Amino acid sequence: MDPVISIRPLLAVAVAGLAALAVLLLNKREKLRDVVSPLAAVVMFAIVASMAPTVLSGGTVALRLFEILPGIDFAFRVDALGMVFATVSSLLWIVAAIYSIGYMRHLKEHAQTRFFACFATSLAAAVGGAFAANLFTLVIFYEVLSLVTYPLVYHHEDEAGWAGSRKYLVYLMGASKSVLLAALALTYHISGSLDFVPGGLLAKANASAALLTAVYFCYLFGFAKAAVMPMHAWLPAAMVAPTPVSALLHAVAVVKMGVFCVLRVVFHVFGTGLMSGLGLGIATAYLVSFTILMASIYALTRDDLKARLAYSTVSQLSYVVLGAVLLSPVAMVGGIIHIAAHAFSKITLFFCAGSIYCASGKRNISDMAGIGRRLPWTMGAFFVASLSMIGVPPTAGFVSKWYLTLGSVQAGEIAFLIVLLASSVLNAAYFLPVSYVAFFGGEGSEGLSRVREIPLVTVPLVATAILSVLMGIFPGYFLALAEGVVR
Amino acid sequence: MAFPLLSLIVFLPAAGAGVLMCLRSDDAVRWTALVFTVLDLALAVAMLAAFDTTTHEMQFTETHPWVPAIGITYALGVDGISALFVFLTALLGWISVLASWVAIDRKVKEFMVSLLFMQALMLGVFCALDLFLFYVCWEAMLIPMYLIIGVWGGDGRVYAAFKFFLYTLAGSLLFLIGVIVLYFHGGETFDILALTAQDLPFRVQSWLFFAFLIAFAVKVPMVPVHTWLPDAHVQAPTAGSIILAGVLLKMGAYGFLRFSLPMLPEASVYFSPLMLALSALAIVYGGLLALAQDDLKKLVAYSSISHMGFVTMGIFALNLRGLEGGILQMFNHGVTTGALFLFVGLIYERTHSRSIADYGGLMKVAPVYTAFLALFTLSSMALPGTNSFVGELLVLSGGFAANLTVGAAAVLGALLSAAYLLGMYRKVALGPAIVAARYKIWDVNAREMAAIVPLAVFVLWVGLYPKPFLNVIDASVKHLLTQVHDKEGGQ
Repeated sequence: MDPVISIRPLLAVAVAGLAALAVLLLNKREKLRDVVSPLAAVVMFAIVASMAPTVLSGGTVALRLFEILPGIDFAFRVDALGMVFATVSSLLWIVAAIYSIGYMRHLKEHAQTRFFACFATSLAAAVGGAFAANLFTLVIFYEVLSLVTYPLVYHHEDEAGWAGSRKYLVYLMGASKSVLLAALALTYHISGSLDFVPGGLLAKANASAALLTAVYFCYLFGFAKAAVMPMHAWLPAAMVAPTPVSALLHAVAVVKMGVFCVLRVVFHVFGTGLMSGLGLGIATAYLVSFTILMASIYALTRDDLKARLAYSTVSQLSYVVLGAVLLSPVAMVGGIIHIAAHAFSKITLFFCAGSIYCASGKRNISDMAGIGRRLPWTMGAFFVASLSMIGVPPTAGFVSKWYLTLGSVQAGEIAFLIVLLASSVLNAAYFLPVSYVAFFGGEGSEGLSRVREIPLVTVPLVATAILSVLMGIFPGYFLALAEGVVR
Repeated sequence: MAFPLLSLIVFLPAAGAGVLMCLRSDDAVRWTALVFTVLDLALAVAMLAAFDTTTHEMQFTETHPWVPAIGITYALGVDGISALFVFLTALLGWISVLASWVAIDRKVKEFMVSLLFMQALMLGVFCALDLFLFYVCWEAMLIPMYLIIGVWGGDGRVYAAFKFFLYTLAGSLLFLIGVIVLYFHGGETFDILALTAQDLPFRVQSWLFFAFLIAFAVKVPMVPVHTWLPDAHVQAPTAGSIILAGVLLKMGAYGFLRFSLPMLPEASVYFSPLMLALSALAIVYGGLLALAQDDLKKLVAYSSISHMGFVTMGIFALNLRGLEGGILQMFNHGVTTGALFLFVGLIYERTHSRSIADYGGLMKVAPVYTAFLALFTLSSMALPGTNSFVGELLVLSGGFAANLTVGAAAVLGALLSAAYLLGMYRKVALGPAIVAARYKIWDVNAREMAAIVPLAVFVLWVGLYPKPFLNVIDASVKHLLTQVHDKEGGQ
């Protein structure tokens, strides 16, 4: 089917970009400024959604802007994989935009204009990356995302903020200015192009297996946002950022950009044929299995709630990669829909962490005894999202884990079935105690009497918890997209 | 007779210098210098607009006998490669004038005269089609540059100027010997095109290659003959640094492109592994040196060594991507490093300090300055979307095609550049505003913006739409490649 030529992919990016500009211009008029982000989010989601029917029916929406180098264009192409990422990011931006207003106002945070401007630009970059038609365009948005999230990480401008943001930039820029750069240059050298091709750009490449293997691992570690160990340490460091940033960016937009890039490389640069031919799938599967288990064990040992969530994210991101590299159709579907499932649930968990912090100033789980009685909505949502993380029906996490486990059986790799099950046990071990302590923990830690829900913060987190369940009951949209990718 | 556009471009700054000598007031001198350099830029733009990108032949050629007895002619002309650098020289010319507006407060007239003569001679180098004329401009450039560093430079200016002079002169003497050898081997002519058409024996080519190598390597500069550069850059006034980094360093690489490759193709191919190794060494070693600097100007200076390593690597990869990337990177480096030196100058005018440790928190007091500094820093580290990334991708792609190990070394250099540049930016722009506590800081004014914005435009233009720039050089680069490989293949 010929692609539908349309300016909508560019519009979706431009909306968020213009929103950032508007935020900057409305610096002094707070009320008006705060309306911009939710409004832009709704518009962006509408534009993304308007392209869904075309993509669901197997088509693509394309826009070629101009040629950069022979074989490299600045171009957008909306396909099923990009649609998954774009839908999740733009939908959750609506919720996160409202949440951010509540959070930032309640804590009377400084530099709110910078915060909202960078936030909107991050979304422009995320959706731009989702719609990128080739590696060159993708990498431009990937780097913009690294840069504009940097001020969000050092937001507090205290010692912890500078240290955390430094680590953030060192990892992300270090990876992209070394191995990723090499991978791009080698890909261009080998194939004369950087386009995403169904079946794989390098599938028919005339290059040695050793070189292709090297290129592949350069991509895998070069896209450090995917947080495959040992490139994961930036993510816990980024937790010094305000919680809305951790929620939308470091559980959805930024990290999903990472795994999205890896999936692009697996599906559309190497292609499943070349992946299995070179034995790369199984090698990566072992690598990410290690990440899945190690990160879960790290998470168990963290008392700081956000740190626990961060390590959980590291672990869950590798689920996505695992599904893709098992190279069986069912597992690939599982990996792709886990992008959405994890996003809905993890953003809820972060929202809850932020809600607890706003309401009580508490960060450590051991201090949260009994807080569920004061914050029933928050901790209720937390519990629902935890169930989704563990993979209990009827939540979103169940659907993706179901496909992943089935897929590993289909691929005949029982070892990874065990990894998935062991990880689920670990998930339960580090999430359920939080809810338990909150609801049934010892009578009243001191100072909880004045803790109460903050509406502008609580409503979004309940909404995302409901989304986590809804996706578990009606997974059709994301399944259809994922099957479109695998087909 | 056709309109002598190139002569006009070359001699206009010299004429401007002549006019300046008759003026008295400093302000009149500044404005007149600006008018002449802007006019020169307009002519260069007109030249590019009329440039035919489909041919590698020399265009806008002018030939007049000069000393017919020994075959010297006054011959000018540009192909795609030189046209790009004529434009770059003219672009940086008026920016140098703006950068010296208040920074130079004594002997303004003498300074501007030197600056304009310098520009005329640099343009002469890029336009010359006669080897003798080329050599005259090449050597004469030393004098105004020596004065610019030695008279208006910093505290160590005399030493730095002398070192600069000695290094380049030593290189140039070998070049002169090479020129004489070429003259006698090539049928007693100085016509560059005729000399290029000669088929020299390999032994002669090899000797000439080394004579030229030393001359050009000093200018580029390549490790280990780079040590004049940090001294010269640091001591030079801002305009001097801009011209040094923006144009002078390009002359070495231009020499390789105009002489070594087409005239000595077999030797170029034979010695290309050596050249690639030297380039990789410069990339990594220059990067390490930059990493160790706590002086802002030195950091930018050492980064030039590393970035020029990418240029020579691209050239001696001897394939299309490498060469186009190398040449594009020459242009990019001129724009970006020129801008960075401009920024060093701007902050120095406010603080009279070059120590990075003195600058923390600049973003709080000079947001516009730091925003543009961010753009040029990212451009210098070749972030995707900026000009240098396109060049770097081409160079690396060509470099990997030539030799995987050399490509890998270059990638290490790219990583180093991210390290020292981001580290520099963080220390200068972010953090608590210690700079405002010590010095009176003001953000950029309109005059400074006028110098900054055009450079910023080129950063993004080449980064996102490099096609017009690659179109200019394309035919000439392809022709150059056939010159190298056909002759070599003929063996």
